Amino acid sequence: MAIPRLPSHRLMAQLRTLLRIRRFEEALIELARTHDVGHFHVYVGQEVTGVAALDLLEDGDVGYTTHRNHGHLIARGVDPAAMLAEILGRATGTNRGKGGTLHLASAEHGFPTTSSSVGGPIPIAVGSAFAFRELGNRRVSVALFGDGALEEGAWHESVNIAALRQLPVIFLVENNSLEALGQKANEYPSSTLASARLADLARPFGLPVAVVDGTDSRAVHIAMRRAVRRARALEGPSFIEAQTVRWPGSRPLWPQLLTGPTDLAMAWDAGRIGDEYRAWHERQDGVLRFARELLAAGATTREQILSIDEAAKEEMRSAVRFALESPYPEPREALEHVFA
Amino acid sequence: MSSPEPSVMRDITYAEGMARGLTEVLERDDRVRLMGQYFFGLTEHRSKTVEIRKRFGDRIWDPPIAETGYVGTGIGAAISGLRPIVDVATASFIFQAWSQVVNEAANVHYMTGGQTSVPMVIHVNHGIRGRGAAQHSHSPQAALWNTPGIKIMLPSSPRDVRGLIHTAVADDNPVFWADHVKLFDVTGPVPDEVEAIPFGVADIKREGTDVTIVATSYMVVRSLEAAVVLAGHGISAEVVDPRTIVPLDRDAVLRSVAKTGRLVVVDEGHRSAGVAAEIAALVAEEVFDSLRAPIRRVAALDVPIPFSPPLEAFVEPTLAKIVAAAQDVMDRRRP
Repeated sequence: MAIPRLPSHRLMAQLRTLLRIRRFEEALIELARTHDVGHFHVYVGQEVTGVAALDLLEDGDVGYTTHRNHGHLIARGVDPAAMLAEILGRATGTNRGKGGTLHLASAEHGFPTTSSSVGGPIPIAVGSAFAFRELGNRRVSVALFGDGALEEGAWHESVNIAALRQLPVIFLVENNSLEALGQKANEYPSSTLASARLADLARPFGLPVAVVDGTDSRAVHIAMRRAVRRARALEGPSFIEAQTVRWPGSRPLWPQLLTGPTDLAMAWDAGRIGDEYRAWHERQDGVLRFARELLAAGATTREQILSIDEAAKEEMRSAVRFALESPYPEPREALEHVFA
Repeated sequence: MSSPEPSVMRDITYAEGMARGLTEVLERDDRVRLMGQYFFGLTEHRSKTVEIRKRFGDRIWDPPIAETGYVGTGIGAAISGLRPIVDVATASFIFQAWSQVVNEAANVHYMTGGQTSVPMVIHVNHGIRGRGAAQHSHSPQAALWNTPGIKIMLPSSPRDVRGLIHTAVADDNPVFWADHVKLFDVTGPVPDEVEAIPFGVADIKREGTDVTIVATSYMVVRSLEAAVVLAGHGISAEVVDPRTIVPLDRDAVLRSVAKTGRLVVVDEGHRSAGVAAEIAALVAEEVFDSLRAPIRRVAALDVPIPFSPPLEAFVEPTLAKIVAAAQDVMDRRRP
């Protein structure tokens, strides 16, 4: 069993968030077939990491995420309708249409700004932690990034600063390239690090490191809880690598529903799993795994899961309608917000 | 806070004006932090940092040699409640942090739809300092002017630098503050009382009637020297110092050119697509009919800054070049 030791209502809330993220991304991929949303990146396959980790943050804590931000924002309570509106460039979007999928931000939910420049947000996350330490407010800053950002110099400069100042920052690396580790540097643009163990890049700076299965919610929970406690106690930064497998639909530049809309019944009916993506459905899809584990623990029922899922799907249908019905910004609004 | 008629004025150096401004903002705003400590470069004025450190040591951070890391740290610290003044020292080093300045700080407020602000100041020592060669002589302000979202202050006098520091720290946006190291020993009057000099308000450093010289940073000092030489030749030059180029006091520039009918723009950045080029274009677009001669730019030539003294002097905007440019526009007078 690999679910965290948490009260049942927290676990059910996590399940609900996982399903809302999954259904959001599926709705987006569908929407993108008919609407221009630009180049976008989905969080399918990594949901358990984001949900289990960010569940441990409190109001006032901040996260700096990347181009792959949708799941992180939903995990902290941002309205999917406003997110989809932003992704469609509408005036009702989280960023008033100025950011799009790459820059979804919600300061009130602890995402002050979202950068799609690989490695770019890492020093900024360190900077928030610098302020938190100076201000003595016991807040925590989380830098959320992929394994690719560890190739950037920004990482090395930032971890050094965080370690020197013992800053309350958590480097949460979501390595979604697990099956790509053996690839050569000039093939798929991932994992082109000379170091195959990502955590080796943090160890010389004295950071405690945790390497966890990113679909194992208990492992993520325990690693993150330790890191958050350490940060709040001003004992210093931590490094967590959460390993996931790249979702088959994420292989092309534009995501595709190669595995179809998620069939939750696969969590209890193995007969529904076909051969083509068997490994994904049986072992690598964290949402299915979490549902299986909740059932095994007796924490919920199939009916309850399906009911939560139906509500998530309906929420996303409604979010799509809201986004499509929302107006575009007035062209002259392009001139606003250059300066505060 | 700004007072047009200060009661008591005392002469101090530019470096003393900087130190006073920094000390005052540290005294008055407990959110201010200094990140870096080479505000005065490697000049003898660097001892002034020691004095500031004695009083505010716990609010000064000496970062590692990691421009990307510490400029980004400044951005995050600004987002989360501090008012950092980040010192990148020699302006050429800011390219190490270019992504943080141009692709992060400048964009945050805009791309979040106004949700988040970055109230930080980024300080550099810019320009051709003498024997700096190609990698220690940059004036990156033109490139940053081409980056919407960054305010740019280029003080030229002790009073201006001290007063602009107050406005920079109070501003909710990223502010790029560039000093020229050759300014540090320039003296001038500064009021005893605290004074905030607003952004976007040019200062007419010398009034004249024949030719307008718009100059920035240390080129203001050199242009004032040129104006004295020109006066000896019977030419009355007006020296306009924008003080900040973002925002730019367009009206002051245009008003002066409308009056004199002639424009020389002096800036130590490179000539092409530079600060001088932008001001020249503005004037050509807005008050072309007022011009009685072609506009002249006096800027660094379009080569990397060389080391050897005669090569450096050949490339940089010198007193003689400013005088010659002003004489040229006078000779090309149209009826």
